[in-house]
Amino acid sequence: MTTTPLNDVMAEGDPAQTSNVEQVPDVERPDRWWQVVWSSRKARIGIVIVAAYVLVAVFAPLVAPHDPLDSSFTPLAGASGENWLGTTTDGRDIASQLIYGSRISLLVGLFGGLLATMIALVIGMISGYAEGTIVDDILSFITNVALVIPTLPLIITLVAYSEVRGVWLIVGVIAITSWAGGARAKRAQIITLRNRDFVTAAKFSGEGTMRIVFREIMPNMSSLVAAAFVGSATGAIGAEAGLAVLGLGDSQSVSWGTMLYQANAQGAITQGLWLWVFVPGLVLAILMTGMAFINFGVDLLSNPHLREDA
Amino acid sequence: MSDQTLLKVTDLQRHFPFREVQGLKMVRATVKAVDGISFTVKQGQTLGLVGESGCGKSTTSRLVTRLDEPTAGTIEFEGRDITHLKERELRGIRRDVQMIFQDPYSSLNPRHTVGSILSSPLKVHGLHQGKEKARVQELLELVGLNPEHINRYPSEFSGGQRQRIGIARALAVEPKLIIADEPVSALDVSIQAQVMNLLAKLRNELGLAFIFVAHDLGVVRHFCDQVAVMYLGKIVEYGDKKKIYEAPEHPYTQALLSAAPDINVARGIAPKERIRLVGDVPSPIDPPSGCRFRTRCWKAQDICAQQEPPLVTATAEESTRAFREGGVHLQACHFPEVKTDLVAEVEHSA
Repeated sequence: MTTTPLNDVMAEGDPAQTSNVEQVPDVERPDRWWQVVWSSRKARIGIVIVAAYVLVAVFAPLVAPHDPLDSSFTPLAGASGENWLGTTTDGRDIASQLIYGSRISLLVGLFGGLLATMIALVIGMISGYAEGTIVDDILSFITNVALVIPTLPLIITLVAYSEVRGVWLIVGVIAITSWAGGARAKRAQIITLRNRDFVTAAKFSGEGTMRIVFREIMPNMSSLVAAAFVGSATGAIGAEAGLAVLGLGDSQSVSWGTMLYQANAQGAITQGLWLWVFVPGLVLAILMTGMAFINFGVDLLSNPHLREDA
Repeated sequence: MSDQTLLKVTDLQRHFPFREVQGLKMVRATVKAVDGISFTVKQGQTLGLVGESGCGKSTTSRLVTRLDEPTAGTIEFEGRDITHLKERELRGIRRDVQMIFQDPYSSLNPRHTVGSILSSPLKVHGLHQGKEKARVQELLELVGLNPEHINRYPSEFSGGQRQRIGIARALAVEPKLIIADEPVSALDVSIQAQVMNLLAKLRNELGLAFIFVAHDLGVVRHFCDQVAVMYLGKIVEYGDKKKIYEAPEHPYTQALLSAAPDINVARGIAPKERIRLVGDVPSPIDPPSGCRFRTRCWKAQDICAQQEPPLVTATAEESTRAFREGGVHLQACHFPEVKTDLVAEVEHSA
């Protein structure tokens, strides 16, 4: 930054100097979003946990000692060097199943969360921007209906009656049953943003509705969107596991939920196979805790009052 | 200064209907925010709209800029009726009419850089294609900001500097008329003078017309050619700045001027005549019959409650003088009376 000494001092209140160029002191830039998130200790722990899960899922074939569907091991074996967590009643390696199972959970979390966030975003934004019109009335009504319908029975019904049982069905069902809360929040947010002067200014610039909604308003709610995404991804992971435990999962693939279902069906606890039951539940709980921790960091973005001195 | 009329507003009206539950009854009522006002703005001229909070100043500016649709009356811009144009058809008008906002903190998008804020209108209208950056820097220089700050965010600037950015944005599309809605009332007094001087400089250099909405009479006197005094959705007095400030005829204008702080009192000069208004502004839902000001007016008589005074020249001499000299001076009172000693004769230098 070049500064001529003449322009440097701007005596406040002296109108004679208005023609000079005002200098802005080099203030410290506000922290970038990743710095804010990383500044929270909880979020750091969460990121490390989720990153570990992602690495394991991506490199599952390298990490896992065996094929998860290979049933050639001695059934009901205890933990050993060959089978780290023992084997199931039909001779499969629990550790390998666990490692491959992380793929399903993360996949459902990622896509279920994305899809639910996108539906919530589109419906919430349109409804909020069109506040008070018939469009808003209809969309708000649909949102309210979706909010009051009990989700779990609806998911179970939808999955139970569908002909195919795949991961994508689960993703879709979770998304269409869990967007409503997010849409509500986004509608409220856009209503407050819509009346800011910068939106009016954008209208004066001749910007169209789409440009105003997505270029002017949406960047101001990115932290809310991010928080909603992490939240619905966590919910989706839990919902997938829950469905699988109830026997409504994809029987062709291995996930933590199907492991629990199998463990339950084969009477793992009565046979003393504690690892088979507890380890899938534990890894699931740790993953969801990690994601909840990340959301503590994301919350700092939307609410600066929460920022700790770290 | 050309005499061409830029904006012509006739009998403009904005009523906000609303429903209210009173006990078991549903009551329909309307807020008469703006209730039949007319004025014109010529090229390069500045009209000041003054009045208390809730008198309809801001609603008027929202109507003139067609952010809101009037319930009656017409708005003509350069001879074209824009009263009921649709958003799409307003695109062209949006280039010619721009707005400067009151609050420089909410008028700039915190997520965009200065460069992005200023180049957005250029891109939408396809101006200075390929040379947007140069134009943005030129604009920054024009409003007295460092052109190198193009990549900074609004949060890095002070209130006065943000207001300059807002002004630069309004200028980006080379408008003919700028509506400034209390552009300096959110700023420190020391910064107000700088921003007002900048606006005056730009007006002279670029030949802009302004509608200047304010409650600060000193600022209006400094900046405007014509002044319209509003009370409860009506214009009560309208005329050249000199007339309004030095020879106000309507009791409300006189009361407003009298309420403005006077430096001479502090200097030990005997206080001038003081008019103290009693009571509050009546509700615009159910304004008083006849003259709206009568409930607070010291001259009020029976006729004031029965007949609404029209906005006219006060006397026959006044109208011949106006015809001869061209300076219109209208007022709406049954008993107009000139008071000349309400404002000290210290003229601000523009």
